[in-house]
Amino acid sequence: MNSKRRVFLKGTLAAGTVGVAVGAGLLTPSTVLADWPKAAFQANSLSDALKSALGSDSHSSGDITIRAPDIAENGAVVPITVESSLTGVTDIAILAVANNAPLTSSYKLGEGTRAFVATRIKMGETSDIVAVLKANGQLYSGTKEVKVTIGGCGG
Amino acid sequence: MSSIRVRAQIEGGVTNVRALISHPMETGQRRDQGGNTIPAHFITEVKAECNGKHVLTANWGPAISRNPYLSFQFEGAAAGDTLTLSWVDNNGESDTTEVRIS
Repeated sequence: MNSKRRVFLKGTLAAGTVGVAVGAGLLTPSTVLADWPKAAFQANSLSDALKSALGSDSHSSGDITIRAPDIAENGAVVPITVESSLTGVTDIAILAVANNAPLTSSYKLGEGTRAFVATRIKMGETSDIVAVLKANGQLYSGTKEVKVTIGGCGG
Repeated sequence: MSSIRVRAQIEGGVTNVRALISHPMETGQRRDQGGNTIPAHFITEVKAECNGKHVLTANWGPAISRNPYLSFQFEGAAAGDTLTLSWVDNNGESDTTEVRIS
């Protein structure tokens, strides 16, 4: 209980410091989010999201494995694993096509980082999951359909 | 206590990282019982570095599940190296943790 109290205090202090900085005009919310590709996450079509996140929407199908359940009972938590044998992969994007904003997440890989990423996403309804990889400047994609019983985006 | 729980294990030259972060990941679309919108509150960026070298940067939208899970793999590290994982959310809150690769 005591440790939770510490965390709470630390959390409020940290938020407070940032809040003061924002209030003082030192940081505007836009600088806080400077690197976050807002347009890509707000785009409501697959093509717009790809153009914004990866610079192009022309992609060919590549050797990409998407591991996800065929049927997800709870759309709020859908485990997704994207893996590929492609070399020279610099970017991975995971999109749920039927979501209002299809882009769920994008990843920049360092040198020596494998073309592998696993996370859990929210899905509003049954949809294709599209994984797009950028390797040597080209885009490659893989698709898998996930059926959703209960959507996980709204209330 | 950190909001990040992370494990980094090396096997055959490949370091396998698994992380769990406690965070509400509110989309900004949900409403509370009184019908008021619950403001968006989600992690926008997760960064992983090993020995000061960039390993992975994740840009997340609100469509990542609550209490996010992230796993990735990289080469070029040795047992005993330090992996640093940090996140920033849309309210400017952040957290960082370090883990020794075993």
